[in-house]
Amino acid sequence: MAEIKVDCTGETCPVPLVETRKALRKAKVGDIVEVTGTHPSSKKEIPMAVKALGLKIIDIKEKGGIWKIRIRR
Amino acid sequence: MAEKVTIIVHSGDMDKVYSALIIGNGALAMGMEASLFFTFWGLQRLKKGGLEKGPLSKMNMLGLGKWMIKKKMKQAGVASLERLLKDFKELGGKVLACDMTMEIMGIKKEDLRDDLISDYCAVGTYLTEARGSKVTLFI
Repeated sequence: MAEIKVDCTGETCPVPLVETRKALRKAKVGDIVEVTGTHPSSKKEIPMAVKALGLKIIDIKEKGGIWKIRIRR
Repeated sequence: MAEKVTIIVHSGDMDKVYSALIIGNGALAMGMEASLFFTFWGLQRLKKGGLEKGPLSKMNMLGLGKWMIKKKMKQAGVASLERLLKDFKELGGKVLACDMTMEIMGIKKEDLRDDLISDYCAVGTYLTEARGSKVTLFI
């Protein structure tokens, strides 16, 4: 099981969503994808995409405007 | 079968091509299928070197408005159309080129970015895509 990190700091719509999807496509079942970013709407919308893809969010953290979302593939 | 979004890209305006590519990428990112049907002014953007050439749909002011908006977009970290189109293809999006537009405007296959185009087609293909789509848009 690998942990894949995706850095979308400073990126805006739709890049964090697209980069999350690209990473999830490359990940193997059981891998963890960790996305870091600053775009506020993406923090809400990445979980929407994860749900639509039938996957699970492990946790969401935010500190000083930087959020981290961990997803289980 | 996955849900699908089909968009007619009729406008070649920079801001409207952004709308089409952002929605298309968003759909793919959310696990949907996506097809973009490029016709009329939209098809001009698939010419070699043409993707970023579109004017702003309003207040273009001979390119001054576009220059100002592009500067703001760069500051905001907005991705280029080139990157969005590349991502769209990488995530499995379909790019369709209208062959009637090619005929009317004298555009040949070799004038277009053939490597990005999934098919050269007409209204029948668009409707085949659209009839099974949850979302269809005309931009």
